[in-house]
Amino acid sequence: MAEKSRAVLSGVHFMNGDIACAEGAIAAGCQFFAGYPITPATEVAERMAERMPEVGGVYIQMEDELASMAAVIGASYAGVKAMTATSGPGFSLMQENIGLAAMTETPCVIVNIMRGGPSTGQPTMAGQQDVMQAKWGSHGDYEIIALAPSSVQEMFDLTIEAFNLSETYRVPVIVLADEVVGHMSERIVIPTPDKIGVIDRKKPRVSPKEYLPFKPDEDLVPPMACFGEGYRFYATGLTHDEMGLPRTSSPKAQQRIVQRICDKIRKNADNIIMTKETMLEDAEIAVVAYGITARSALSAVRKAREMGVKAGLFRLVTLWPFPDRLIGKMAEQAHSIVVPEMNCGQIVREVERAAKKTPVTFLPKLGGEPHRPVEILEAIRRTY
Amino acid sequence: MSEELSHPLEDYLRRRMIPHIWCEGCGNGTILNCFIMALNELKLDPNKVVVVSGIGCIGRISGYTNTDSYHTTHGRAIAFATGVKLAKPELKVVVISGDGDLFAIGGNHFIHAARRNLDIPVICANNFNYGMTGGQYGPTTPLNAWTTTTPYGNVEHPFNLVHLAAASGAVYVARWTTLHVRRLTESIKKALQKEGFSFIEVITPCPEIYGRYNKMRTGMDMMNWFKQASEIQHYSDPAKAEITPEKIIIGEFVDMEKPSYGRLLSEMIAQVQRKKGEGNR
Repeated sequence: MAEKSRAVLSGVHFMNGDIACAEGAIAAGCQFFAGYPITPATEVAERMAERMPEVGGVYIQMEDELASMAAVIGASYAGVKAMTATSGPGFSLMQENIGLAAMTETPCVIVNIMRGGPSTGQPTMAGQQDVMQAKWGSHGDYEIIALAPSSVQEMFDLTIEAFNLSETYRVPVIVLADEVVGHMSERIVIPTPDKIGVIDRKKPRVSPKEYLPFKPDEDLVPPMACFGEGYRFYATGLTHDEMGLPRTSSPKAQQRIVQRICDKIRKNADNIIMTKETMLEDAEIAVVAYGITARSALSAVRKAREMGVKAGLFRLVTLWPFPDRLIGKMAEQAHSIVVPEMNCGQIVREVERAAKKTPVTFLPKLGGEPHRPVEILEAIRRTY
Repeated sequence: MSEELSHPLEDYLRRRMIPHIWCEGCGNGTILNCFIMALNELKLDPNKVVVVSGIGCIGRISGYTNTDSYHTTHGRAIAFATGVKLAKPELKVVVISGDGDLFAIGGNHFIHAARRNLDIPVICANNFNYGMTGGQYGPTTPLNAWTTTTPYGNVEHPFNLVHLAAASGAVYVARWTTLHVRRLTESIKKALQKEGFSFIEVITPCPEIYGRYNKMRTGMDMMNWFKQASEIQHYSDPAKAEITPEKIIIGEFVDMEKPSYGRLLSEMIAQVQRKKGEGNR
């Protein structure tokens, strides 16, 4: 394994979002990338193909996204931090094994640079249409974590955070970026390695004989042994007990495992959720936005303030788990809420649910271009 | 008695999972037996062996081997194993799965792992049908055979798996039946030691599901077919080794040397690091 100093390109750069994402992964300790080329995420793969060998890691181009996701889980079980990057159509194919990763509690990171869908849709244009798929894309009940970067700097920072969260909670974490954030170039500051917090999965504290691979600690997360460490354990996508053995006809085993893989995220939600609130202290109108849309929203909110309108921005950094409590609290003060999204209405439903009686205005934008600030400003003025 | 008697191969079996789920007359137990015999005879450290399987009857085998083991989604065993092997090349990673899992839903992963010459042996239990779901036809079901989804006889041509493996680039290709336990064990040993992608097809009886629809109701009926039809022809042309009711050509079809993907990858990484090191000086 390479020295950390070579792995982290500390300094000030002018960098593309996809490339910053790859650099964030490397800074977080990623040593394995499996993927399949797809616009607009290809630059992540290209950067990883160049950089993985430099830091002693592995880049492999798999035959499809089903295989990419399966290989990522395999590498993670072998004890290596692993990730893949894709966009809508590939994300759909990955859902099968994202479910497997959730069920076998695999730390791993999936980057989805969202383009316009459905189907092949708009490969080179931006969208925010995979928000619900990120949460509900695989069958069955489970929880994942999804983060929405708004800048090139956050493509770097949140990819590190994604690895840290995945290692902490043994869960797939999705970096849910959009094509604009993925493809734009901005100034970015990469800190020195000592300034970057890196978390590794907790290891078993018992002997192989006593080890139960799916017995959780108090935080509901089981310590993770990896292949080749002498624990000789078994993991399966079937409903299993704490030993990891199939218990497919046991209602109790099913109840326990499914409830726990949901609860380990739900009950730790306050520790997971990140939001950014701007000028909300006295805001009568709140804009709730994420990704590139939040950049336009910030500009609109500032303009509104100049015009004497008490507007503020609630930026969702964590999309899943959804910050119900924080939105609810914010909605108690705000008279109305505006939600701009590059889709036909996804996160707005969550906002409506969490905001309870506060009226929510939805501002959809389809076509692949982000909202212009003036469009959001108009919506603020209409609802004021 | 103060000392509990134990079987010499007991350490290779995950006792909590025994008894297994396989039917009377099924050949999967024979494959498991041959596999752990091979591990034992090679004195492989079970702590450094990873068994990966997909979905189906034989897919349960990863639960029975007392090694690190993982039971993937349907068809994805080879893709998962790719990640394990590349992340920890020092581990002996083995895929054992069925004909439907490896060659229908997982067919793409098989041909690409063979093309790359990934360092893993793949052992395929071929029982000519989907046993776990009750006997539907699959990619190896013979023409005209009866299954629950070919009630008028199968009108699809089956894969010739050894031909497919050889054409895809496997460096070691063999076919045996569960009647040939000693040869199968030796073949597994060879595959475990081979650099690159090796493939063993094991024709296995499924009397409860496949056999009953095809006039071979018992394990003995099916084994008698294997006995009568099988003919050892080492290094014969795999293209001409199609399985017919009259003839099952068995033996080793391919045994060649070719640098494995793992070797080429690690050489490339070492070279990049060397150059990077020189550049830094």
